[in-house]
Amino acid sequence: MIEYEKILSQRAVELKPSGIRKFFDIANQMEDVISLGVGEPDFKTPWSIRHAGMESLEKGKTWYTANAGLAPLKQEIANYLSRRFQLDYDPQKEIIVTVGGSEGIDACIRALVDPGDEVLLPEPCFVAYAPITTLTGGVVVPLPCRAEDGFRLTPEALKAKITPKTKLLVLPFPNNPTGAVMRREHLEAIAEVLRGTDIMVLSDEIYAELTYGEERHVSIAEIPGMRERTIVINGFSKAYAMTGWRLGYAAGPAPVIVQMLKIHQFAIMCAPTTSQYAAIEALKNCDEEIEKMQLQYDMRRRLLVDSLNKMGLTCFAPEGAFYVFPSIRVTGLTSEEFCERLLYSQRVAVVPGQSFGESGEGFVRISYSYSIDHIMEALRRMGRFLKELGL
Amino acid sequence: MDKLLNLLAENARYTNAQLAVMLGRTEDEVAVAIEEYEKTGVIRGYKALVNWDKTGEDKIFARIEIKVTPKKDFGFEEIARTIMEFEEVESVYLMSGGYDLALTVSGKNFKEVAMFVAHRLSPLDSVNSTATHFVLKKYKERGAILVEEEQDERRMTLL
Repeated sequence: MIEYEKILSQRAVELKPSGIRKFFDIANQMEDVISLGVGEPDFKTPWSIRHAGMESLEKGKTWYTANAGLAPLKQEIANYLSRRFQLDYDPQKEIIVTVGGSEGIDACIRALVDPGDEVLLPEPCFVAYAPITTLTGGVVVPLPCRAEDGFRLTPEALKAKITPKTKLLVLPFPNNPTGAVMRREHLEAIAEVLRGTDIMVLSDEIYAELTYGEERHVSIAEIPGMRERTIVINGFSKAYAMTGWRLGYAAGPAPVIVQMLKIHQFAIMCAPTTSQYAAIEALKNCDEEIEKMQLQYDMRRRLLVDSLNKMGLTCFAPEGAFYVFPSIRVTGLTSEEFCERLLYSQRVAVVPGQSFGESGEGFVRISYSYSIDHIMEALRRMGRFLKELGL
Repeated sequence: MDKLLNLLAENARYTNAQLAVMLGRTEDEVAVAIEEYEKTGVIRGYKALVNWDKTGEDKIFARIEIKVTPKKDFGFEEIARTIMEFEEVESVYLMSGGYDLALTVSGKNFKEVAMFVAHRLSPLDSVNSTATHFVLKKYKERGAILVEEEQDERRMTLL
């Protein structure tokens, strides 16, 4: 009999399984649940992109691609980053195509972090950075972001946690779960702290196309002195509604990209070929599709923020991604209690904020990647729930 | 204010308050814009989109293609206007291609529609020929899905 506890990697065993897995399983199986819990677009991949994927299959393009990705795709990525975000990268040396943004994050952290290195993590945030850091032997240092600051990372919070061991700052904006956005002036302030140090930045810009208001997303790589210390992670999942295609990319200084490419090639060879052909069509011809989806998200966002505030669940107006992050303190419940009771009482599923880091306690994540009618029904039920609580 | 029209075309029952929030306007602005659209005929009405198959009501639909002889000086105008007067006729379009007018006609049953074509449409002077196609099943109408919708396959996740 093998005693598995003894033979398994301690690092793997010690990874905390997501505490709310059980809650999700219940929500996913319950009938008549109105969910506002998913983290992916409700739109289907635009038809021309799907068609490009099918066409590549019809032509029998079913081989591996070059490890770093198809050359024409890398060229289109370079064009896209320059066209939409004023970033200039050499498609030969500074861009690799990855399996979703997720794999880019993994390769980036593994290429930079040695055991004992500290990785700064603004929280609340996407849940993958911390376990990947732990697997490399790195040490996660949370940087709590506060509602008062619009859940942005402040230079003061950053400075307070920098030590001689600081290797990497993760910059996850526009942010999942808060919807916070770092505008140019906020990034300037962060850059001011980092310039002249050896601290690198992993800028996760997967929601870059989903910002609302007059100004577009600004990448920290565009701020003077930051390009050389920044790896930009982006992908097709959110902007083009292509989550299932598993395709993303990383762009950064060649010496880092070379190391990431090694890790990528040994781990998985190359990103899916069909997806890469489809992505060329996305980048070439689908700017308008992005705009259309963005417009829909924006209307839903306004509706949700307004209704939640009127209900007494105060939320600051999120400027990016497709989440709102209202405070539930007025109910006196913890975020997990709130979510469980809302699910059982009114069959509405939202995600406890505390699952995205301690500073998310007292908040819940509500996704608006749903139709307006769906959102309105969920809001009606949430209103009933608050009445039950006597609010 | 095209966004407003798009929203109303999607769902005419959004309240002005809801529309205002979604569009980032005031309720008054929305009310004024809608009134203007109604006055100028940009908005022609608000009707429920009924799926008659789900009711006990006997109702069938047919598409009728008509070839006509256009009248000197009036073109297709006169005959189109004559046909649109019949209350059985729900829509009348002038078409390019193989025929001239496309009609949607409704009736209680097959026979009623057949009688309408035989006794009212065909005898009209300018009508040369008609081709009647009965609707067997409606899948989608004016953007609304009438058959069972796809399930949302997305899962709850932290990602």
